[in-house]
Amino acid sequence: MNRHPLKRTEWLVSLPTLVWLTLFVVIPTLLVFVIAFRPANPYGGIGPGWTLATIRDLAAPSYLAIAWRTLWMSLLTTAICLLLALPAGYTIARAPDRWRNRLLMLVIIPFWTSFLVRVFAWKSLLHPEGPVKKALEAIGLVGPDATLLYHPAAVVLVMVYTFLPFTILPIYAAAEKFDFRLVEAARDLGARPFQSFRKVFLPGIRRGVVTAILVVFIPALGSYIIPDLVGGPSGEMLGNKIAQRVFTDRNLPHASALSAVLVLAVLAPLIGVLVLQRKAGRKSEIVIGEAP
Amino acid sequence: MRRSRFPIVVTALVLGFLYLPILILIVNSFNPARFSSRWEGFSLVWYARLFDSPEIWQAVRNTLVIAVSVTAVSVVLGTAAAYALHRWGTSRLQRVHYTLIYQPLVVPEILMGISLLMAFVAVGLPLGLFTIFLAHVTFCVSYVAMTVLGRLQDFDFTVIEAARDLGASPWQSTRRVLLPMLMPGIVAGALLAFTLSVDDFVITFFVAGPGSTTLPLRIYSMIKYGAPPMINALSTLLLVVTLTAVLLSQRLANRQGRA
Repeated sequence: MNRHPLKRTEWLVSLPTLVWLTLFVVIPTLLVFVIAFRPANPYGGIGPGWTLATIRDLAAPSYLAIAWRTLWMSLLTTAICLLLALPAGYTIARAPDRWRNRLLMLVIIPFWTSFLVRVFAWKSLLHPEGPVKKALEAIGLVGPDATLLYHPAAVVLVMVYTFLPFTILPIYAAAEKFDFRLVEAARDLGARPFQSFRKVFLPGIRRGVVTAILVVFIPALGSYIIPDLVGGPSGEMLGNKIAQRVFTDRNLPHASALSAVLVLAVLAPLIGVLVLQRKAGRKSEIVIGEAP
Repeated sequence: MRRSRFPIVVTALVLGFLYLPILILIVNSFNPARFSSRWEGFSLVWYARLFDSPEIWQAVRNTLVIAVSVTAVSVVLGTAAAYALHRWGTSRLQRVHYTLIYQPLVVPEILMGISLLMAFVAVGLPLGLFTIFLAHVTFCVSYVAMTVLGRLQDFDFTVIEAARDLGASPWQSTRRVLLPMLMPGIVAGALLAFTLSVDDFVITFFVAGPGSTTLPLRIYSMIKYGAPPMINALSTLLLVVTLTAVLLSQRLANRQGRA
């Protein structure tokens, strides 16, 4: 070590965060997987020995239904966010300089406002005595007994609301680097606006689209507050089940097993993207290699 | 060639969608009506109730104690981490370091909350302000490191070499040259850490114990178990505080950009 003073400095500077993150990220995550195989004790702690019973419990139909609902609600949220973020990111990237920064600020500000406050704002909007319900009633779209809250649709709506800024930013970042003359060329060659968008613009900002999908889909899978506050029993997601196992019946092994499922569900799309990127990278290498 | 209006219309609708709920909430914080569908004149009654509530003040105190200490620790750790990542970026150690720092940014909050809870239970650490502090530092470090790393990317290291050539010790060149030039990035990271700590609910919910109620935990129980109009007032005040912080950090970022 003494022969490499630079190496020693590197270790010294990196060590505090390495130790901290090992203690509070790596070990706790491994612990979740370990505790999933331990029995619960009657005092809400962890009992001695090992068991597979908790893992077997996960195959219960009620859990499968929750897992399925978590998946489709997250996919739907991601799709809606993307549909709204593509035109928004495009518009901001093509806006004149003076406007671009202002529009960008407007997209970023909601990110800085309290998450709970934003969910609460929707809870009071959708409340039976709230303005949205009254407005829909006035134009005759819903009857006086309709409930807007405590429904999977309410959860998806509020998830779209909270995640939308995160989707717009990567789309914008990719669109800003995109050469819009390509779209103009496509239009000159006779493409209709939607064709040039789909065949030229969309492939050009592919990376931004992938990032946008990941930044919505992954946190959506782990959603907990939104279904808790506006979902009700019919809008419950995996996150709610984890919290119930911790706070309602204090069964930590059960909560751990569910969390382990969530970890794997989160890893799947990440690994998928990595594999796809590697494939795409190799393909482009081949193309470069073949060029004379 | 005529550009399609469609994207502009969608963008306008998206911005309306993002801001309308917040605006209605602010307006309603001045509405004395219990339910927000009718306007009953301007009033500060909910603000007055808020200031009279001892639980709110206790929660504010806890939140600030945590946020200030979290900011201090995570700024030191995060800045050192960013420097290491930038200086020795390609080494194997730094690749591991980067992966570790990236984790808290990717993993859903609930997973971080539950895994930290398991760890604290496993070692028998009593839940309270201290466990909240540990949990908050863990995710704030990553955000500070990423923010400072962003500034380091445009940093010219020849300035440090020049300082060393002119006889400055490593410590002097760090303290007198590197840190002042990184200051806008560090301050922006600190503001981010502070805001994230003040705002965090999910992770805090899992690792909080008796007597360590923070403001988001208090707001959550107010939402769940009544008192909605008071939350409008509290939310409006929070919005004012965070917006001030954002504008400040934007100013700092701009000043850095011009320098």
